[in-house]
Amino acid sequence: MGFSEKPADFIESRRRPKSYGDVLFHWLTVFLLVFFAVVMVTPFIWLLSSSLKTQINIFQYPPQLIPDPIVPENYVYALTYKPFGTYFRNTIIVAGLNVIAVVFSSSFCAYGFARMRFPGRDFWFGIVMATLFLPYAVLLVPSFIVFSRLGWIDTFLPLVVPPFFGGGAFNIFLMRQFFRTIPEEIADAARIDGCSEFGVYWRIMLPLSKPALITIGIFTFLFAWNDLIGPITYLRSPDNFTIAVGLASFRSQTDIHWDLQLAASTAVTLPVIVLFFFAQRYFIQGVVMTGLKG
Amino acid sequence: MTAHTAEQAAGKGFWLTRQYNRLTLRQRRTLMGYVFIAPFILGFLLWWMGPATVAGYLTFHKWNFLSAPKFVGMANFSKMLSDPILAQSLKVTIIFSAISVPLGLVFAFFLANLINAKVRGIAVFRTIYFLPSIVPAVANAILWAWLFNTEFGLINYVIRAFGGPKIGWLQDPNWVMLAFVILTVWGVGGSMIIFLAGLQGIPQIFYEAAEIDGAGRWQRMLYVTLPMMSPIIFFNLVIGFINSFQVFVSALLITNGGPQRATLFLVLHIWRTAFSSQKMGYAAVLSWLLFAILMLLSFFVFRYIGSRVYYENPGE
Repeated sequence: MGFSEKPADFIESRRRPKSYGDVLFHWLTVFLLVFFAVVMVTPFIWLLSSSLKTQINIFQYPPQLIPDPIVPENYVYALTYKPFGTYFRNTIIVAGLNVIAVVFSSSFCAYGFARMRFPGRDFWFGIVMATLFLPYAVLLVPSFIVFSRLGWIDTFLPLVVPPFFGGGAFNIFLMRQFFRTIPEEIADAARIDGCSEFGVYWRIMLPLSKPALITIGIFTFLFAWNDLIGPITYLRSPDNFTIAVGLASFRSQTDIHWDLQLAASTAVTLPVIVLFFFAQRYFIQGVVMTGLKG
Repeated sequence: MTAHTAEQAAGKGFWLTRQYNRLTLRQRRTLMGYVFIAPFILGFLLWWMGPATVAGYLTFHKWNFLSAPKFVGMANFSKMLSDPILAQSLKVTIIFSAISVPLGLVFAFFLANLINAKVRGIAVFRTIYFLPSIVPAVANAILWAWLFNTEFGLINYVIRAFGGPKIGWLQDPNWVMLAFVILTVWGVGGSMIIFLAGLQGIPQIFYEAAEIDGAGRWQRMLYVTLPMMSPIIFFNLVIGFINSFQVFVSALLITNGGPQRATLFLVLHIWRTAFSSQKMGYAAVLSWLLFAILMLLSFFVFRYIGSRVYYENPGE
C-alpha cells in the first residue's frame, strides 16, 4: 500500500453530475487539507529557522521567521560541543545489531508459527500476543536488575542481546502474517527436491519476504535511533552514549542555548526524514501491516 | 540428499542424527517446530519471566543496590497506598490518557478522511501529515519545549498576534497538561495511516448502494464508514491507551515532571524511584501496579468496547 491514487477515480467520474453541494464539499476539503498541512509543517520550519539564528536573535520578540543573519555555524558548534561522532558510531552499532537480530530472529520464529503444525504452537503464539500488549516500561526496573547481575550495565549488551531472542512480538507477528500469504506449494516443491525445513526457511521464504524484512528492518533501525529510555537506563559513561542520550544530556547542559539545542535536534531529525523519503513505501507498509491484519 | 533410505541413515552418522532419524514424522515435525520457535521461548524465559520473578521477589524487599536486599513484608504495598506522589502521578497519567486518547483518535480519523479525498497532489499531503510522527522523541521534546516557550515561543506569538494572553504553557500547572495533549495530537500520523488503509479497504460498492438508497454524505459516514471501520478504531484505541500510559521522554525532557508535579507521569515516577532514589523494591511494586492497570484497562476495553465492534469475517 503506497501513497497511490485508487483506480476508483475512474468510476467516480461516471456517476451523477456534480451538485453545488459536491463542489462546496470539494473546496472545503481542499481548504482543510491546506490548513492542516500548514499546522503540521510549521513546527518544522520554526525548528529549522530557529536553529539558524544567533543567540541574540533567538531571544527576540516578535520572532524573525527568516533569520538575519543566517548562522549555519550553530550546527558546527552543536555537533562538536559534544562528541556526536562517537554517539553516531555507537548508535549505528546498536541499531545495526538490532536490525540484524530482528530480521533473522523474528523471521525464524515466525516461520515456526506460520508453517509448522505442532502441539503447543497456539499456546506459545498466545504468549507472543500477550507480550505484544505489555509495554517495555513495565519491565524496565526488573530487567535493569537482571542486567546488572549479569554485569551488563554500561555496555551495549542489554540493548543488543535481547533482540536476538525472537526479535520482538510485533515483528514475529508481522512476519507470520506475511509468510502466510506465500503459497505453501512453493515450499512443498522444495521439500520434494530434498530441501530441509531450514532450507525452505532460508532459501525460499526469506528471499520471497524481502519487502516485509526491509519494513521491519527500517522500523527497528528507527526505534533504536530514537530510543531514549533503554540507553539512558543502561549506559553510564559518555563514551557509550547513543545519539538520543547524547542529545538529552546536551539539552541539560546547555540550558538556554536554544540555538545549539535546536541545531542538534535538526541534525538528529534529518537522517530520519531522508530515510523516510527513500523508503516511504516501506514505512506505510509497516504501519499498515502492523496495524491491520489482526 | 542422496538416495539413502531412513533405515540406512539411521545406522550411520552422529548420535544426534541417529536419534533424529528414529523419530516418527509427527515427532520430527514437533521437534522442528520447537527448534524454530526456540529463540522466542528462550527470550521469553530470560527477558520476561526472569525479570518478572525478580520483580516478584523485590516487592517484599527494600533494596538500594548497595547493601543486600532486606525483607520488609508488605511495607512496599502499604507505602503505595499512602504515597501522595504516586496518587499525583496516577492522577496526571489518567487525566492525560482520558483526554489525549479520544482526542487523538478523533483527530486521526478526521485527518485520514481528509487525506482519503480525491484531490490532485494528495500524496504530498499524506507525506506532510505523516512526517511529525517520525521525529525522534528527544528532538521532538526539544522542539516543543521551544514552541511552548512563554516569551519567545511561536505558539504564544500566534496567540498574542490574535490579541490573546501570554500563556505560561510549561510553567503553569493548569496549562501544561494541554501542552502535552497538543504535542501528542500533533504526532498522530501512525494511527492516521492505519485509518487511511482501513478507509481504502472499504469496498466502493457499499457507498454506491447507500447512495442509491438516498443516503447523504453524513449518513454514508454513519452507516457505512463507521461500522466498517470499527475494528480499526478499536485497534487504534487499544494502542492509544497503552501508549498514553508510557509517556516518558517528553515528561523528562520538557518539564522534568513539573511544574508542581503536574507532568509527573507514572513511568517517569517509576524511573525516578528506581534510578534517582534507588528504591528498587518500591519501584518493582510500582511496575506491578502499571502492569495491573494496563491489564485491567485492556480487559475493560475488550469487554465493553470490543463486543460492539463489527467484524465482516468473524473468526478470521
